[in-house]
Amino acid sequence: MAFTSWADFWAMGGYALFVWLSFGTTYGLLLGLWWYSKRQHQQIQQQIRAKAAREQRVRQHQEREK
Amino acid sequence: MWGSMFRWLDPYAKPETLYHLCGRWLPYLMTLAIATLLLGNIWGLAFSPPDYQQGDSYRIIYIHVPSAIWSMGAYSSMAIAAFIGLVWQIRVAQWAVLAIAPIGAVYTAIALITGAAWGKPMWGTWWVWDARLTSELVLLFLYLGVIALSGAFSEAARGIKVASLLAIVGVVNLPIIHYSVEWWNTLHQGATITKFAKPSIDPSMLWPLLISLLGLALLLAALTCLRLRSQILIFEQHRPWVRQLVEQQHEEQS
Repeated sequence: MAFTSWADFWAMGGYALFVWLSFGTTYGLLLGLWWYSKRQHQQIQQQIRAKAAREQRVRQHQEREK
Repeated sequence: MWGSMFRWLDPYAKPETLYHLCGRWLPYLMTLAIATLLLGNIWGLAFSPPDYQQGDSYRIIYIHVPSAIWSMGAYSSMAIAAFIGLVWQIRVAQWAVLAIAPIGAVYTAIALITGAAWGKPMWGTWWVWDARLTSELVLLFLYLGVIALSGAFSEAARGIKVASLLAIVGVVNLPIIHYSVEWWNTLHQGATITKFAKPSIDPSMLWPLLISLLGLALLLAALTCLRLRSQILIFEQHRPWVRQLVEQQHEEQS
């Protein structure tokens, strides 16, 4: 352990701003990308489902028209 | 000869197979990536000794160096995929370009931001227009260019082709980034671990750095899996297997 207390750890020898700015933005960006990619994956599935449902409705309608 | 040499790769080029393969790997890769990255970072942040010159500010290295290395690693993979996609018309390789580009852009942004936050206390400035920093910024613009071009055409196939071409041409920038600290006078220090000689860093600092490096590599692989699955669904959405899959998942959720 390189630090004697939690306060010591958070202070980072006077470089707290720069160290925590670095790690904060890093994890912020990485989590953001993960969340965005996961949400995108779900949205694509929803869109495909909606499209399939619409095509089926159109088909049913066309058959009734005949 | 080329045909038989790469025959064993054929099943992976089939979108459906690759979709399921990525799905199977994703949870393991993601768990391993998070565990490795946290281990390396916490070790580096709390347990490694402070630097004799830079004190505790040097701990930024545990995120700066891995993200910078993999910003270039991701670009190489993207360019290789682009080349395979253009030359052999392998569609999953073309989609991989689209999957990797945003991850590479985020890694590059992280390398630039952490570099600035390290430069301020050590060099006295957030930014200088020197060779290393400028060429890494060009890398970010190359990624953004690939992303923008791939979506700039009404015909998706053409967008991918143009974006792939840019990705391949942009490879020129990689050796420039790597050797910039040798070719030009710069504030940036020389290579610490990416050289053939012995790393110029103590083992107590090197181990957490290597673990963090592995962590970001695994995360790159995991995010590529996740994003490639999305791309496969987009481009295969009219195929019966996708329709069936999407319906099945809907039923499982409800």
